[in-house]
Amino acid sequence: MTSAVDTPADAARPTPPSALAAVARAPGRIRYALLAVAVVAALWLPNGLYPAVAVDILCWALFAVSVDLLLGFTGLMSFGHAAFWGTSAYVTGLVAIHAGLPFPVAVLVGALASAALAVPIGHLAVKRTGIYFAMVTLAFAQMVYYVANEWRSVTRGENGLQGVPRSLFGLDLTDDYYFYYAILPIVAFGLAAAWRIVHSPFGRVLVGIRDNPARARALGYPVHRYKLTAFVLSGFLAGLGGGLFALGHRFVSLDVLHWTTSGKAVIVVVLGGIGTLWGGVLGAGIVVRLEDWLSFSGFEAIGLVTGGIFVLVVLLFRRGIWGSAALVLRRLAARRR
Amino acid sequence: MTGFLQNTFNGLVSGAFYALLALGLAVIFGMLRVVNFAHGAFYMLGAFGAYVLLSEAGVPFWAALVVMPVALGLLGMALERAVIHRLTRLDPLYNFLLTFGLTLILQDLVKNRYGVQSSPYATPAELSGSLDLGLFDFPTYRVFILGFTVLLCVAVWWVLSRTRVGLVVRAATERPELTRAFGIDVGRWVTPVFGFGIGLAGLAGVLAAPMRAVNPLMGADLIIVVFAVVVIGGLGSIFGSVAAGFGIGLVQAWGEAYLSDFPIVSQTAVFVVMAVVLLWRPAGLFGREEAPA
Repeated sequence: MTSAVDTPADAARPTPPSALAAVARAPGRIRYALLAVAVVAALWLPNGLYPAVAVDILCWALFAVSVDLLLGFTGLMSFGHAAFWGTSAYVTGLVAIHAGLPFPVAVLVGALASAALAVPIGHLAVKRTGIYFAMVTLAFAQMVYYVANEWRSVTRGENGLQGVPRSLFGLDLTDDYYFYYAILPIVAFGLAAAWRIVHSPFGRVLVGIRDNPARARALGYPVHRYKLTAFVLSGFLAGLGGGLFALGHRFVSLDVLHWTTSGKAVIVVVLGGIGTLWGGVLGAGIVVRLEDWLSFSGFEAIGLVTGGIFVLVVLLFRRGIWGSAALVLRRLAARRR
Repeated sequence: MTGFLQNTFNGLVSGAFYALLALGLAVIFGMLRVVNFAHGAFYMLGAFGAYVLLSEAGVPFWAALVVMPVALGLLGMALERAVIHRLTRLDPLYNFLLTFGLTLILQDLVKNRYGVQSSPYATPAELSGSLDLGLFDFPTYRVFILGFTVLLCVAVWWVLSRTRVGLVVRAATERPELTRAFGIDVGRWVTPVFGFGIGLAGLAGVLAAPMRAVNPLMGADLIIVVFAVVVIGGLGSIFGSVAAGFGIGLVQAWGEAYLSDFPIVSQTAVFVVMAVVLLWRPAGLFGREEAPA
């Protein structure tokens, strides 16, 4: 997504430069109303859904936002984000099991481990762009998967890490309902951080690099270093989600590192809307809820549904939910003027 | 010395599979700018198709070796016309996602029908046993795979470099706009080339059936390694992709033989090589530089 501006590929690009900008230009009232709706929805969620599903949605929301930070705002499609999600899941699980620290500390350690892993992988991957970047990140994630699979003494191989505790100063968080509210501030922090990154001068440079890397370079921005920084920040956010996911399930298996997990994260973002940040949160809610419903109703071939979503979204709905909504909003605003 | 030659031979045989898959990926990428994630799924369908044909209809290996690639090639052409075609003018990432979705669907269709356990496929009688190659005995079937693959690669090279069709495909690969300006209908070749690439994947699958475990997941893990292979070789270069395929086969076989205490080494060798290539020649060993970014 980094080719020069006037190629046909970019002319047909589904994402407007920033769908968020449409909302940003809309009267301030809409933004505050949306924020209020989001806060109410987040506070209500475990009352309307199974709390365990609500916890999953929060984790996947962070994961999706971390992928969108790269895909939507830096123009890099990471197809290997399971490496960071999964690494943090394992590290968080191990720290929680062996060190008995409060769970937010365990998650922080896990996310930092993911960020550390993102440094070498990002350093190598940002040397390529576009489709190559996707292939390189996918390949490195597979390497991490193989290492975890072989390193049985630590990861317990196929059995996975079991009985990950959720300790927090003696509070009883075994009930998913209370655990949801315990992790909500961490997730809110992660989402706010993503918003802050995107709207900082640093974030504007990233968008500049996405839209025209040659010009960004000509203006004197060290493009590789900006991309690497974005990659590491994204790895940290994905790690935050992955660590919470490990605590949420009290169990870590190799699935967290599998390539299907990376792919699912990307499609959640595309479904929600590339480059919209909050679209990924919506996409996470829909996909997690759908998968839970499918497995609950005894449907076996979840891959058929996930794969079908992929195909349909890519063929027919490339703007995604938030992108489409922003477009409608913008048209309404234009009509009013 | 004999041991070394044996390991080398083994490496070339497993490299042959990488080479066949990488060749198909490279040809398709050249013509359509599509990185086909479903390539591994078609490889799996080739192997599974051969297994189903034999066990349910008694169709022998040799017939499957012709039928499956042709059938899958046609299926590929239908898919290209039906869906992939619609996205080729957009960013290649969309077709990558589309073919990823197709992979999940194809994999689950087979999984639901036949389960995940591996099925054995008997080596054809003519190719069972072993051949005395002077220095050491080698399973006949593996010798066959290597010879067959090398012949096939040479044939593809010959078609691309010595025939008119090859000329058009190479020209369209390098400069599609200019080729069109010369009055050549590039679009006409897109679908057949896609079908051909898919056919190669199916062929690799049929060849793999007697040698490897036939199961619905056999393609997906392999294709990720093949992605690393084409990053190493340079996806734009057909020769580079094939050479990297054989090279990685060798590296893995040597790693397996001489570092057998560390199984992780041979599994991850391809990714380490990829990392080194990215540091040293980011465009791949035989690739051309992309526009700077």
